[in-house]
Amino acid sequence: MGQNLYHKVFDRHCVKQLPSGQYQLFIGLHLIHEVTSPQAFAMIREQGLPVPFPDRTFATVDHIIPTESEQRQRPLIDPLAEEMLQHIEKNTADYGINFFSPEKGEQGVVHVVGPERGLTQPGMTIACGDSHTSTHGAFGTLAFGIGTSQVADVLATQTLAMAKLKVRRINFTGQLKPGVYAKDVALAYIHHLGVNGGVGYAYEFGGEVIDNMSMEERMTVCNMSIEGGARCGYVNPDQTTIDYLKGRDYCPEGEAWNRAVHDWQSIASDADATYDDTIEIKGEEIEPFVTWGITPAQSVGVGQDLPKVNSFDEADQLVVKEAYEYMSFVEAKPIVGTPINVVFIGSCTNGRLSDLREAAKFIEGKKVADGVRALAVPGSQEVDRLAKNEGLDKVFNDAGFQWREAGCSMCLAMNPDQLSGNEISASTSNRNFKGRQGSPTGRTLLMSPAMAAVAALEGKVSDVRQYLEN
Amino acid sequence: MSGEIVSTITGSGIPLRGNDIDTDRIIPARFLKCVTFDGIGEHAFEDDIKGLAEKGEVHPFVDERFANGAILVANKNFGCGSSREHAPQSLKRWGVEAIVAESYSEIFYGNCVSLAMPCFTADHDTCARLQDIIESEPALELRIDVAEAAIQAGEETIQLEIQAGAQGQFLDGSWDARAGLLENLKGVKQVASKLPYVSNYA
Ligand code: SF4
Repeated sequence: MGQNLYHKVFDRHCVKQLPSGQYQLFIGLHLIHEVTSPQAFAMIREQGLPVPFPDRTFATVDHIIPTESEQRQRPLIDPLAEEMLQHIEKNTADYGINFFSPEKGEQGVVHVVGPERGLTQPGMTIACGDSHTSTHGAFGTLAFGIGTSQVADVLATQTLAMAKLKVRRINFTGQLKPGVYAKDVALAYIHHLGVNGGVGYAYEFGGEVIDNMSMEERMTVCNMSIEGGARCGYVNPDQTTIDYLKGRDYCPEGEAWNRAVHDWQSIASDADATYDDTIEIKGEEIEPFVTWGITPAQSVGVGQDLPKVNSFDEADQLVVKEAYEYMSFVEAKPIVGTPINVVFIGSCTNGRLSDLREAAKFIEGKKVADGVRALAVPGSQEVDRLAKNEGLDKVFNDAGFQWREAGCSMCLAMNPDQLSGNEISASTSNRNFKGRQGSPTGRTLLMSPAMAAVAALEGKVSDVRQYLEN
Repeated sequence: MSGEIVSTITGSGIPLRGNDIDTDRIIPARFLKCVTFDGIGEHAFEDDIKGLAEKGEVHPFVDERFANGAILVANKNFGCGSSREHAPQSLKRWGVEAIVAESYSEIFYGNCVSLAMPCFTADHDTCARLQDIIESEPALELRIDVAEAAIQAGEETIQLEIQAGAQGQFLDGSWDARAGLLENLKGVKQVASKLPYVSNYA
């Protein structure tokens, strides 16, 4: 009987079983950022613990960093943000950890930077004090978001105490229709399985739809595993993975590269691998999705009406009502035509080059609707450079978007990019929680970069497929 | 090396109704701008509290009746969302010592274990029943027995559930994973030496 990737990788990294029944798991790559690491460093300092594998941890600054060039002068205007930046500078220097700083031009959202530098490699275990660490699963890794105490565990021991998960294979069969993107695939499985459908599971994404995706698209799909409650999500490594990694900074070269490729191929799930659960989603049936509520599962196909409260299980109706009240939306009305105030294209879900390219196709030569504030935020300084090489910044600026510097930006409320009042944003990020984008009454509609682009042009939620027919 | 043993939790309750209460609601992101967890308890549910106040309603975390609450009773998928330990840290610093809910996000659950804050599960009706009891008699002292995984509310004893591994960790004081992980650094180095990527496939 064949093994799946989860078990192969888990077994390789298992140090021993702990008295609690959990396993001590070696962590191959540890990524840190300024928000969840300072307290972890304080913990190991207090205990007088060294960092035994400093070259397996890499740091960046993303959540708090302003995205307007003038505001990136040091010291940062916000003293709390400056203090956090200073902490990561000092902590990484003290412990000999590589810091991808803005000065070096290496900074970006942690989940964009790891893959683009070739740090994220198939068969690794990866941890980061950030729930969207699942992104790295696109390369066939087990990648876990962890809390601050666990960040301290990894710093001090390069291991974590982890329970074994069940594995659910999600097969996306057939083809996606035009206008349907990786983001819609992510919103689709969360819609089908719910925000806690994945609790206790690792998700293995596969099938023709995933096989045909680029690495950047696979990252978008894996990024949102956590929004479906799964502890991690992954795609088996294949030729697409290998082609993506070839020549990247931290990847091996020459003979070592050949050995690496051989190893990476060997850790993919066997053809006869077994799973604890398997489900199928038909690619043809996925529509461009928009969220209408306060959880990422509260979504509809853009062509549909908002669901009726009584179409949900009784136990779920409370949160549905709460969502309608918070959003000031009315059941059974179409989502298309909902006016929006802000457009945000960026984040670790959709802030990569291909996302910006796709959005640019729709806005090129057009103008953002009057009164709409539109931001395009590259996921890293490298994405920014590549995009500028292609002139994408100009396309966005000419259309009336603001082209910003790399960071988490309006994905969450820790830097100056925020909603105000009860503004509605069309956002390519991953969370539509109450208050997520900085205003306690701000409202977020999650969608793909293409859908966000057409929302910017129309000033309202629009069906991207209508733009395709022209 | 082991930490404090957590075998019983006593105190009054706090009912917090609703599914999918996420970590951004427990502690809004702007309060994550800090390099220590000090003072973070004051901001637990700050935006939810304000939102309700504007409608003339009172959030349980500022409701005087529950001001001394130590046992939080929530519903489904509690603590979903971000991995921020700031969320359980803010609950703990506010005064929560244990949580009963229908289910939790896994990262949140693990974070609670490392803070010695046990999380129990119970079905919807049990959680609702406990919430009713607390609302009808806010001062009532509840008592959780970790070994029995049961909560006593007045005359009534209600069975809860807890993951066996976590239960053992609370009872023998080994909830601080780091101590156990540190014991075996030699084994860690051995595993590392066998992983081909650690030497970059040399
Ligand atoms: S872009 Fe958003 S989701 Fe991604 S790491 Fe930053 S804040 Fe988290």
